[in-house]
Amino acid sequence: MTFLLRRAAFYLVTAWAAITINFVLPRMLPGDPVQTMITRFQGRLSADAIASLHVLFGLDAGESLPTQYWKYWENLFRGDLGLSFTFFPTTVTDVVAQSLPWTLSLMGVTTVISFVLGTLIGVYAGWRRGSWLDGLLPVTTFFSAIPYFWLGLIAIAVFAVNLRAFPAAGGYAPGVVPGFTAEFVGSALYHAVLPGVTIVVSSVAGWVLGMRNMMVTVSSEDYVVAAHAKGLPERRVMLRYAARNAVLPSVSGFALSLGFIVGGTLLVEMVFSYPGIGFVLFQAVNAKDYPLMQGIFLIITLAVLVANLLADVVYLLLDPRTRKVS
Amino acid sequence: MRFRVNPKTGTGLGVLGFFVLIAAIGPWIAPYDPSAMGPDLLRPPSMRHPFGTTQTGQDVFSQILVGTRGVLVVGLVAGLIATVLSVVVGVTAGFLGGTADEVLSALSNVFLVVPALPLIIIVVSFLPDASDLVIALAISATGWAWGARVLRAQTLSLRQRDHVEAARATGEHTWRLIVFEVMPNLTAVIASGFVGTVIFAVLSEITLSFIGVANISNWNWGTVLFWAQNNQALAQGAWWWFVPAGLSIALLGTALSLINFGIDEFVNPRLRTSGRVRGEKGARTRAGFTPVVRTGGDRS
Repeated sequence: MTFLLRRAAFYLVTAWAAITINFVLPRMLPGDPVQTMITRFQGRLSADAIASLHVLFGLDAGESLPTQYWKYWENLFRGDLGLSFTFFPTTVTDVVAQSLPWTLSLMGVTTVISFVLGTLIGVYAGWRRGSWLDGLLPVTTFFSAIPYFWLGLIAIAVFAVNLRAFPAAGGYAPGVVPGFTAEFVGSALYHAVLPGVTIVVSSVAGWVLGMRNMMVTVSSEDYVVAAHAKGLPERRVMLRYAARNAVLPSVSGFALSLGFIVGGTLLVEMVFSYPGIGFVLFQAVNAKDYPLMQGIFLIITLAVLVANLLADVVYLLLDPRTRKVS
Repeated sequence: MRFRVNPKTGTGLGVLGFFVLIAAIGPWIAPYDPSAMGPDLLRPPSMRHPFGTTQTGQDVFSQILVGTRGVLVVGLVAGLIATVLSVVVGVTAGFLGGTADEVLSALSNVFLVVPALPLIIIVVSFLPDASDLVIALAISATGWAWGARVLRAQTLSLRQRDHVEAARATGEHTWRLIVFEVMPNLTAVIASGFVGTVIFAVLSEITLSFIGVANISNWNWGTVLFWAQNNQALAQGAWWWFVPAGLSIALLGTALSLINFGIDEFVNPRLRTSGRVRGEKGARTRAGFTPVVRTGGDRS
């Protein structure tokens, strides 16, 4: 339990750090984002929007930094992240709330598939070190060196433009009303195939490699030799003795590579114009929509922290050593 | 240096050397000005334009050649800065221990957990001028934490070794212990961290250019992809516009990974695959048992 509490405390500190970075950045960096924004949206900004911008970026005349910081937190707790300019007059919170489910489901499913698949391949490749499976390593390296978004471009060129097998963009067919209908779910799944496969293909190599190397290291441990000596079936030794222990670094590494996976998923969404948070971020970047960019950064960071906490729970279940009271 | 013999590392270094050469001489050997528009619009590869032309008649081959420099410079500069940061933070934390360790580890863990790409995007887009150097700085500011963590763990296991204790007993300063007793033993880890960070930096920079955060008037492979995407190269079937840039990225990334494998196998001989006895299929050692002589006291 202490382990979990310590991790939770760490995530709280990290969340605080991320929120504070978000607060400090626009105040530290040169230039006046509010003025830029007001000039860009000549006359289209209401007094309300300008006021919220000032709170967000802290360019309020005469307010001290601590007061600004306090106000910033107050707004945050009310779920007020300011107004988006690309989707004016929608609030950032609304924009994020609309796109987040798309990203969460796409990323959740693909990450689990890629982790399970990669780990299984890694178990076999590591167990049969020196077999033909090792020949796959350079191939997987090549695939992991390809940027996610470029693989997405190729997938679109081949499967959407040339073969016309899958749609090139969007999250569901135009004309379908979002809701829990068979038509909508089917259309959404159909649109998710290409982006999903892209993410799995480019992220699976990392898991294969990590697991393979850990398996190689673990298979020469004494307890594996002992298990062989007992005459246990090879399959059982491989899965219950070697893989069980070799998977631990993958699980703890899972948390750390999550940030990287998130980055890749955001890019895949941009390429596929998938209605998730990455595509919204793309639009925000192109329009220099600072409130939306900051809100997205905050939400992504918080989501990653929650996912990390979940990974810690899994680790706790897998590794009895962490459950001991130290 | 034994790991140079490793064929993986050799291949990696060869490909990397090729790209370094292109980065150095690219702008001179490029047949056209990468930004100059020509009469041949959106042509597939031919003798005159080996990688075809863009919608405005620019030569893709020249763009790739000229763009190599930006990619490598940002990658190497960012890798260098991040490696220095990770060595300073990681080795200090591991060697000093105590409160310093707690604080520095917490710091690097925060940077590990916060997703790097959105952070870099935000930092870079707040800056009025996103030059190559600024991007390299932003990338290294977010990319040092992994190296620091690995180095800290290694330093922890090194600091109680006999040779360090002996030097300590003779009254050496802490900084001398770190620089002359601990650091030489970390060379391989630092090298592999550097290569890893360069991969990360190259991918990040290309990504930033691709989504249009970085200055798009500087040619690099990401910029080529940015223009290809924005001019609907995909829908027009102009594969030659985005395939060369992507393959270059993948080739460079693979080369760097191969170098890293070589370093890993140098550090951990168990990972070597080439050392197996050939033609001995029937007698596969099931457990892959490797006898290792353990000297007492350093089971870390």
